[in-house]
Amino acid sequence: MKCYELIVIGAGPAGLSAAIEAAKRGMSVVVYDENSKPGGQLFKQIHKFFGSKEHHAKVRGFRIGEELLEEASKQCVKVVLNATVIGIFPEKEVTVKIEDHVEHVKGDTILIATGASENMVTFPGWTLPGVIGAGAAQTMMNLHGILPGERVLMLGTGNVGLVVSFQLLQAGCEVVALADAAPRVGGYGVHAAKVARCGVPFYLSHTIISAEGNDHVTGVTIGEVDSNWQIIPNSEKHFDVDTICLAVGLSPMSKLCDMAGCEMEDSPAKAGFVPKVNEYGETSVSGIYAAGDVSGIEEASSAMIEGRIAGIAAAAKLGYITEEEGKKQITEQEEALNGLRQGMFAPGMRGQKITTTEEGIAISENLLSHGYVSDEEIDRFPGVTHKSGIHPVIECTQNIPCNPCQDACKMHCIKVGEHITSLPQVDPVGKCTGCGMCVASCSGQAIFLLNEDCGDGTAEITMPYEFLPLPEIGDKGTAWSRKGEPVCKAEVVSVKSIKAYDKTNLLTIKVPKEFAMKARFFRKEVLV
Amino acid sequence: MNDRSRELKPFVPAPDDDMIICRCEEITKGEIRKAVHDGMFTLTEIRRYLRTGMGLCQGQTCTKLVKGIVARELGVKPSELGSATGRAPMRPIEMKILANDGGGKK
Repeated sequence: MKCYELIVIGAGPAGLSAAIEAAKRGMSVVVYDENSKPGGQLFKQIHKFFGSKEHHAKVRGFRIGEELLEEASKQCVKVVLNATVIGIFPEKEVTVKIEDHVEHVKGDTILIATGASENMVTFPGWTLPGVIGAGAAQTMMNLHGILPGERVLMLGTGNVGLVVSFQLLQAGCEVVALADAAPRVGGYGVHAAKVARCGVPFYLSHTIISAEGNDHVTGVTIGEVDSNWQIIPNSEKHFDVDTICLAVGLSPMSKLCDMAGCEMEDSPAKAGFVPKVNEYGETSVSGIYAAGDVSGIEEASSAMIEGRIAGIAAAAKLGYITEEEGKKQITEQEEALNGLRQGMFAPGMRGQKITTTEEGIAISENLLSHGYVSDEEIDRFPGVTHKSGIHPVIECTQNIPCNPCQDACKMHCIKVGEHITSLPQVDPVGKCTGCGMCVASCSGQAIFLLNEDCGDGTAEITMPYEFLPLPEIGDKGTAWSRKGEPVCKAEVVSVKSIKAYDKTNLLTIKVPKEFAMKARFFRKEVLV
Repeated sequence: MNDRSRELKPFVPAPDDDMIICRCEEITKGEIRKAVHDGMFTLTEIRRYLRTGMGLCQGQTCTKLVKGIVARELGVKPSELGSATGRAPMRPIEMKILANDGGGKK
């Protein structure tokens, strides 16, 4: 029987990160993944990630996946694809289905990094073709280049629902609405705002009543729910759609942990049935570790760090590094992990109602109930300042662990400071050169460059723009508000796409100056 | 869950009893609710009685839904129910592959 010092189950962000750390320290490592491509969910993530430099901030998810794979191969990690682990038995024996046979292998240590599966909700018609998970829609679009449908309703306003909605728009689908049974948007406000300004309406406190269609979805009816989750009579709204995406949470795929004899717990905070793990990710079975979503739903950045910790811990356990070295290296990783687990969306904040930012500024209620910051609210945030000449306007209104904008500005106009969750501040006397690096670096697409008064009654607004085909200089069209409504005529005066922007194009439009603080998106159709 | 003397409220048919919950095995909400009244209190028992979660997706879609229905019928929190036993094979596998498994000896 083949033996490895570490068997990793799942080649996603956690599994690959663990494999790299273990192999770096001299261990023989194999990674099994049931899919035909490695990377787990990373290769579906075409958006830029949040965080700081050490968390790969402003790097697109699939690039992080490529980097991990490259590093794994450099460290001689063996990644076996189309390899389905079907069981874990005593003495750390693992059975893997590869092609037409079952292989038995033994590990001195095992890492279970099997990730999560999508939750479903039921309503009449939920089994019709056309009702799919949001993650499935993402797989179709971003891995296989297939449109899930033409007209889509998204249920769920967590980050998955918001990010996938935006990607559906990028892929050319029409997203007719975002609905969520909860009264407040669950994901990052900046993700919501970029969907809202494209004109997608948000229906909070709404759920799906039924899907219509005979052999596939042709329509959906949603309705408003009261505080007991009961549909309020006469609140129904109907949409013609061919696709309903469900983004209603993930559940850890932890069955292998259960089978391996790990002590399990049912934890609402971790979103399901998970193995109990210590600070190194080790389960109750000595030498069996769990990292990533399988031990509690979070996101890819924290999964990578959890994986690294487990990889280092396994190396320490087998004596490749001393216990002391292990502890020291793990402490560094834990600091990085704590950096991510801060702010309004930290795991410990789930279910808490937040009314002010860490700075004591009243949060935007409109953002939570409608997906965008209202004109009345936007001026109270420290990234929004006014002056003559070109300057950044940062519409970042929630405390999330992210700071690439600070490093992006070579003129030091933008400050997040020591505390990574602080709202970015714009130096009112800073010398903005209009380079646009801050606009392109903001993973939330929340930074705009404004020249509020060009002297001829117009204002110029530079915005991040990730839709194709790109508008061209001289194109006339319509400026859209944060709310996603056409507000005024606009003309494209500049389109910039340089390598350093990493595919976030910078589009500059000219509008009448009274719309400088209103216009936040551009469409070529002339509507006003 | 092993308290078999547990008193359940009488079974009342509900309008959504015909809703399919386990897509792979086509098992409805009503069947799951009735199974509880037949004395199947744990997810393992429900699975053996009805085959919920034993189809192609191996419960990836319906496990959480079934759990919610059973918990509601029993009047307990879903987290009190635990889970059905995890056992090999974790994923659907062709019988001939399983049958040819020599147990690691060549």
